[in-house]
Amino acid sequence: MTTAVPATTRKDWSSDQEVRWCPGCGDYSILAAVQMLLPDLGVRRENTVFLSGIGCAARFPYYMNTYGMHSIHGRAPAIATGLATTRPDLDVWVVTGDGDALSIGGNHLIHALRRNVRMTILMFNNQIYGLTKGQYSPTSEVSKVTKSTPFGSVDAPFNPVSLALGAEASFVARTHDMDRAHMQETFRRAHAHNGAAFVEVYQNCNVFNDGAFEKITAKDARPSMLIPLVHGEPIRFGAEGERGVVQRPDGRLEIVEVADVGEEALLVHDEARHDPGLAFALSRLSGGPYEPTPIGVFRAVDRPEYGAEMARQVTEAQERRGVGDLGALLRSGSSWTVE
Amino acid sequence: MATRSDHPPEQLDRVVIRFAGDSGDGMQLTGDRFTTSSALLGNDMSTFPDFPAEIRAPAGTLAGVSAFQVHISDHDILTPGDAPNVLVAMNPAALRANIGVLPKGAILVVNVDAFEERNLTKAGYEENPLTDGSLSGYTVYEVPMTSITQEVCKEAGVKPRDAERSKNFFALGLVSWLYTRPTEPTIEWIATRFADKPQVAEANTRAFRAGYDFGETAELFESNYEVRPAHFEPGEYVQVTGNQALAWGLIAAARLASLPLFLGSYPITPASDILHELSRRKEFGVRTFQAEDEIAGVGSALGAAFGGALGVTTTSGPGLDLKSETIGLAINLELPLVVVDVQRGGPSTGLPTKTEQADLLHAIYGRHGEAPLPVLAAKSPSHCFEVAIEAVRIAVKYRTPVILLSDGYLANGAEPWKLPDLEALAPIDPGFAAEPNHTADDGAPVFWPYVRDAETLARPWAPPGVPGLEHRIGGLEKADGSGNVSYDPVNHERMVRLREAKIDGITRDIPALEVDDETGDAEVLVLGWGSTFGAIAAGVRRVRARGLKVAHAHLVHLHPFPADLGDVLARYRVVLVPEINLGQLSRLVRAEYLVDAHSLNKMQGVPFRAAEIESAIVSLLEEA
Repeated sequence: MTTAVPATTRKDWSSDQEVRWCPGCGDYSILAAVQMLLPDLGVRRENTVFLSGIGCAARFPYYMNTYGMHSIHGRAPAIATGLATTRPDLDVWVVTGDGDALSIGGNHLIHALRRNVRMTILMFNNQIYGLTKGQYSPTSEVSKVTKSTPFGSVDAPFNPVSLALGAEASFVARTHDMDRAHMQETFRRAHAHNGAAFVEVYQNCNVFNDGAFEKITAKDARPSMLIPLVHGEPIRFGAEGERGVVQRPDGRLEIVEVADVGEEALLVHDEARHDPGLAFALSRLSGGPYEPTPIGVFRAVDRPEYGAEMARQVTEAQERRGVGDLGALLRSGSSWTVE
Repeated sequence: MATRSDHPPEQLDRVVIRFAGDSGDGMQLTGDRFTTSSALLGNDMSTFPDFPAEIRAPAGTLAGVSAFQVHISDHDILTPGDAPNVLVAMNPAALRANIGVLPKGAILVVNVDAFEERNLTKAGYEENPLTDGSLSGYTVYEVPMTSITQEVCKEAGVKPRDAERSKNFFALGLVSWLYTRPTEPTIEWIATRFADKPQVAEANTRAFRAGYDFGETAELFESNYEVRPAHFEPGEYVQVTGNQALAWGLIAAARLASLPLFLGSYPITPASDILHELSRRKEFGVRTFQAEDEIAGVGSALGAAFGGALGVTTTSGPGLDLKSETIGLAINLELPLVVVDVQRGGPSTGLPTKTEQADLLHAIYGRHGEAPLPVLAAKSPSHCFEVAIEAVRIAVKYRTPVILLSDGYLANGAEPWKLPDLEALAPIDPGFAAEPNHTADDGAPVFWPYVRDAETLARPWAPPGVPGLEHRIGGLEKADGSGNVSYDPVNHERMVRLREAKIDGITRDIPALEVDDETGDAEVLVLGWGSTFGAIAAGVRRVRARGLKVAHAHLVHLHPFPADLGDVLARYRVVLVPEINLGQLSRLVRAEYLVDAHSLNKMQGVPFRAAEIESAIVSLLEEA
C-alpha cells in the first residue's frame, strides 16, 4: 500500500536535542539548509537515515528527527555501505568532515565512491581539526601554523574534488555554507543521484580557522571569486560575466577575459561527460580558496549502482537455481547413508 | 574391489596416511580425494591439512613442503592421528620435512624419480637417504611416479612437462589400491572437475589408473589393506570442514531468524573459505561484500545490522585487532552482530596457515573500556554449524556482538557429520520493535531506543522504515532509557553495569556443563575449549584404557561461562587445562574460581597429539 508522502516542515525534521556547535559555526547554516530542503524532496522521515563518523560535523544525525547513527572515526561510508546495500528503500546520508573523510576514513571514502553505493555524502571542509581543538587537517594549506604544527605544516593538502574524481565518483559537487540556495540545489541534485554522490561543502570554523574561505565566499567577493558550473552553459563569472574559462590546445584550462577571446571560445560545461578529465581539470583551476574557484556540479554520470548490482546477482541466482534449499545445501558434497 | 587373488587384503582397524610434496604438487587435493572416498566407504575419518603460507615456495625446498594427514578407521576416532603409519613423499624435501614424525616400522612410499642430486641438495641431503641406509627402520617402497605418469600420458598426447603435474593422481591411485579404496568416485570426480579441460582430465585419469594398476601388478607390495566401515549411528552423513560447516550454520541461522544474511569480510587465511562458500550461495539471499579492509568488513556488517539484516564478519587474528573499535561501537549500539575469528598463529602475521588458540583473552577483553560481549568456541569441524546458530541466537536475543572462535585446524580439517534434523532447529525471533514504548511528559507515545527487556536487559531492535520509531544511536554514552547523549557520571556507571549484567545474564540460556566422568569418582578433570576436543577426548580414552580414572569437560561458552562451571571445578582435586596458547583459559578459571589449575601448553602451530594429553594426565595422576 502506498500512501502520499505527508507534507512536512523543517520542524518535523528537527530532533528535540539542543544543537551544540559553537555559536557562529558554519554547521548551523548547513543543518538549516538540509532541514529546510527535506520537506521539498518528497521523502519520508522513517525512510531517511543520517550516518556520521567523528568530528564536529558528525554530531549532525543527533539533530535530525530521522533514523541516525553517530559512529566511529572515518567509518561512516563503510557502515553506510552495509545499510544501503541491504536496504535500498532507504535514503542514506553520510555527514562527514575533512579529517573524518580524508584522513582516518580516506580508504572507506574512495572505495564507496568507486563502487558507487547509493549514498549522499556531505563533506564539511573547514581545513582544520575542530573537535580536537585546532590541529591541521589533510586539507589545510602548506605551512599552516596550528597547535600541532607550531613551525608550519609541511604536508601537501588534498583537493577533495580531485580526490573524489580520481576515485571514480559518479557525482561530485562543491558548495559553501554562506549560500543556502546553492547548498540546497546542490544537495537536491546529490540526493537525486543514483549512486555515491560526493559534495564538498566549504564550511567556516569560526573558532579554529575563521575566515578560511572568506576571500571567495564573502558576499561581495562571490561574483569575482566563485565560478558557477552550469551544465550546458559556457563557464563564466564576474559581476557582469566578464571572465570565463577556456581550454588551451594543450588541454590546460585558463581563466580569461571574455572580451579578449569572445564568448564562443569559452568552455561549455558538460557534467555528464563520461571521461572525468575535464572535470578534473576544473577541480585544479584554483590553487585554494583565495583564487577564483568553481562551485556546483563537476560531474554527474550514470554508472551501475552497487546495491542494485548485488541485488541483481541474488535475484538471478534465485531464478536460475530456485530459492535456496538448506537440506540440499548440506548435501552439496557427497553424502552417504548408514542404515 | 580389485585385490590380488593370491593375497586377500589384510584387515586394519585404523591407519594414518600423510601425503607430502611440494606446495604445487597437489597434495591437498590428493589427501582430500582420498578422504572423500574413505568417507563414502563408511570409515570414520579426521584430517589435518598442513601447508606453508607461501603459495609456491621454491620447488624442492623444505619451505615449500605441503602435507595432508588423514586418519581413517573402522571405529570412531577423534583426531587426525598422532603419527602417520604411511608417509607418501613426492620428493626429498617432503621426506626430510616429515621423517621426524614417522615412527620406525612405518611404510614409506617415495617418488624415486625425484631423488636426484639437485633435489637432494635442495633438501639438504648430502647422501641419498634411499641408499645410505638411514631409512633401514622403515618399509620403503621406491616407485617411479613421475616417469610412469609421463609414459601413460604420452599415449594421450600430453607433453611430459604437463604430464608431470598429474603425478599426484598416480600417488592417489597407488594409495587407493594399497587401502582398497573404490576408484569410481575419483574417476567421476576428475571428469566433472576438469570437464572443460579434457586433456587434463584424461592425463589425471590415466595417472590415477596407472598408480592403482602399479600396486596391483608390480609385485612390490606384499599385500594391500582394508579398513572396514566404522559403526556409525544410522543416518545420512557428509564430509565437512569447519569453514564449510560454519558458513552453512550462518545460512541456517539466517533462515531460522527470517533475516537476510549480510557478510562483510576481507580475505584472510584461514578464514577466507567462509567468504568463498557464502559468496556462492546467493540463492539463499546471501549478500557477501568483499570490503576494502577488515574495518570496513565489520563496519558494513554493523550497518546491515542497523538496517535489520543478520550482519556477520569473518576474519583471523590480525583482522580481529583491526575490528576492535567497531566491535566496541556495536557493544554501545547494542545491535546483533556475529564476528567469526578463525584463529591462527600470532602475534602479528605469525603463522598464517597454522593453528593456535591464543586469541581467547583478546576476544573476551580486547577492547578499550568496559566492553563485555559473549564468546563461543567450536570444538570440531562439524560443531561449527551448531555454534554458528548459537552465536546468531545469542546476538539476536541479547542485541549484542558475539565473537565465535574457530581455528586453522577446525577450518581446514574435515570429519564425517551426521546431518542434523533441520526441522528440529528452533526458530530465532528477531523481535523487531513495532510501536512506541514510552510515554513522554506530555502524554504522547514515543520510542526510546534504550528501554530494556526486564528479563534479558536487551534493548529494542528498531531498523529504519517504521514511522514513529525514528531514533539516533551512537558511540557516545547514552542516557538509560531515552538513549540521548549523556555525560552524567551516575548514568555512565549505570549503563556500564547494565551492559555487563546483560551479558552475564546469558548464563540463563547456557546448558549445564557436560562432564564425561564414567564412574563419577575421578579425581582429575581435564577442562578444554575449542579444537582441542578431539585430542583431549582421545587422550582421556587412552588413560582409561590403562585402568585409570579421569574426567573431561569441554567449554563452548567462554564468556560468560556456564553457571555451574565453578561447582564442576570444585568437585575435582586436580584440574588440567590443555591449550594451544600459554594458558589463557587457565588464567580465567584461576581468576574466576580460585582454582589451582595446571596448564598444558603447546605453541607449535599444530594440534595436541592424544599421546601428549595422555602423558600429562598420567603424570598428574602419578603425582597425586
